[in-house]
Amino acid sequence: MPRPKKRTEIFALGNEAVVEGALLAGCTFFGGYPITPSSEIMEIMATRLPRMEDGVFMQMEDEIASMGAVIGASLTGRKAMTATSGPGFSLMQENLGYAVMAETPMVLVNVMRGGPSTGLPTSPAQGDVQQARWGTHGDHPIIVLSASNVQECLDMTITAFNMAEKYRTPVILLLDEVTSHTREKIELPNEGEYEVFSRTVPSMPPEWYKPYEETVRGVPPMPPIGSGYRFHVTGLTHDRNGFPTQRPEEVVELMDRIHRKIDQFFYDIQLVEEIMTEDCDVCVIAYGSVARSAELAVQQARSNGVKAGLLKLMTLFPYPRRQTEKILSHAKTLVVPEMNMGQMSREVKRVNMGHAAVRTINRVDGQIVTPSEILKVIMQG
Amino acid sequence: MSNITGNEIIHQYLRHNKKFPHVLCAGCGHGIVLGTLIRSIHALGIPKDDVVVVAGIGCSGRLAVYVDFNTVHTTHGRALSFATGIKMSNPKLHVIALMGDGDALSIGGNHLIHAARRNIGVTAMILNNNIYGMTGGQSSPATPEGSTTMTNPYGQLDHSFDTVELARGAGANYVARGTVFHVNRLEKIMMEALERPGFSLVEAITPCHTQFGRKNKYKSPVDMYKWLKSTAIPVERYNELPENKRADRMPIGVFVDRGKPGYEELYYARQENFLKQAAKGGK
Repeated sequence: MPRPKKRTEIFALGNEAVVEGALLAGCTFFGGYPITPSSEIMEIMATRLPRMEDGVFMQMEDEIASMGAVIGASLTGRKAMTATSGPGFSLMQENLGYAVMAETPMVLVNVMRGGPSTGLPTSPAQGDVQQARWGTHGDHPIIVLSASNVQECLDMTITAFNMAEKYRTPVILLLDEVTSHTREKIELPNEGEYEVFSRTVPSMPPEWYKPYEETVRGVPPMPPIGSGYRFHVTGLTHDRNGFPTQRPEEVVELMDRIHRKIDQFFYDIQLVEEIMTEDCDVCVIAYGSVARSAELAVQQARSNGVKAGLLKLMTLFPYPRRQTEKILSHAKTLVVPEMNMGQMSREVKRVNMGHAAVRTINRVDGQIVTPSEILKVIMQG
Repeated sequence: MSNITGNEIIHQYLRHNKKFPHVLCAGCGHGIVLGTLIRSIHALGIPKDDVVVVAGIGCSGRLAVYVDFNTVHTTHGRALSFATGIKMSNPKLHVIALMGDGDALSIGGNHLIHAARRNIGVTAMILNNNIYGMTGGQSSPATPEGSTTMTNPYGQLDHSFDTVELARGAGANYVARGTVFHVNRLEKIMMEALERPGFSLVEAITPCHTQFGRKNKYKSPVDMYKWLKSTAIPVERYNELPENKRADRMPIGVFVDRGKPGYEELYYARQENFLKQAAKGGK
């Protein structure tokens, strides 16, 4: 048996790990506009992509244009991404909705900073959680992922690309400043050690192809523009042929399908890490850098004799309901620490429906949530 | 000029599976612009698969639905950003951005100046009807001073944008203006624009009788075409006119023709250099 190849270890910034992950996933297009604390992602892309076969890096005139360019690139068959922070994320919402409607795969990294408005540049926050879910207009499903350490920045970026391609949808990776500016040792996976998923392309002759046809997975195949499949892409509500429609039955069919293609794969999309949750009385539900504080707090609580556990959310939306409900069968208290006024605790309360007591810890002063803060609340039971 | 007949256009270039009729009003010039574009593409022998029409929102935005190319109907004002991503991703494609005056000059103004500055190899067509048509006749940045619109019932105070000067100043490689009355000239311009490297811009003056003419002393669509006939003057002759006779005339023709290579060309040339160096073992 051949000895497994040793993995390359690098000392990397969270933002750097995002770039490594993106390139491993096959990203060849980056369009962006600088904004802290996400800028390093763009800067590193600017160095790497132009030296790669087929790599395209573009500094666009603003965030709106960045999204447009990324969607355009994705339509030609490329894996494309952009990265931004709070105020830039707001500007991207218009075309984010377009990407949902036109079912264009892409990855959008938002390194959250304090808000509202220009807020606290380069201070950590988690204030864009509900913006990620509902920032663009209309009813739509969306996949929002997070990462709590540098290794996860890499892994979750690969996951984000895979989900984007698998479900033909934009995927948002929400990071916070602590994660993206932490430098840690990480391992680059060897080839074959991670899954790389690419969108399904049509196999039928072009004249048979219907761009928004129903399929078993609810995800229609997507050919690159210019490959002989000529079709219409639009942000308007469209029929199976991609042409604008206002006929109620066609509108409903489209809306049902774009929701269903996400709904029926919850088991694949909703990712969590469960730490000592099997028997916990008190369960902390956290994400991003706060999950690291929470993990330490949970360990300390255990050594103090309190049965504490941590449900670390890797997927924020669609909210991992199943995994939370499992914990509700025995936990008496849920603790939700976050760097906002309570954006994720709403989701927890919605799923909890009064089963357990929900305690929130909220910081919006640009400071991190410390383990001792969380421990204090855990010990109150 | 190309010699393709109306019937051939319909059979070769319009979408048989699209639900016609189209959305345009009687007297609208947009169909003429679209016909010009199709005939230019046909005359240049560009395969349909290599053409991407990227449109904005509004009446002009809807044109993309009818033609059998690769078509992308984007968000309001953003056509050029989508077009930039497409062209950079696949430089072999002929990317044409179809925009209205509100689309390109107002909400999309930033994208327009930067596409021109960057000199990205996209052909931009601005269908200028001096008004926001589909939303019901509100002022656009191209609405002439003094004219009446739904949002300027007392007469437009704002100055109107000169698209040609704007594009020239921003660094566009090729800038031209035509009207739907002067169809042959427009077709010639369109063909040139499609052939030029870098960013080319064609402003096509097209009348909107329903929203603009009706409120501004043009009793019928015919009056609007007469207005185009009497106002437009080749730029060569316009330049010879004395200053006091220029006020009511609109120069048409080619204004800028710089012949610089497009951004994508420069980018890929540099990339090739990097790859060559790397193959030699350099850094």
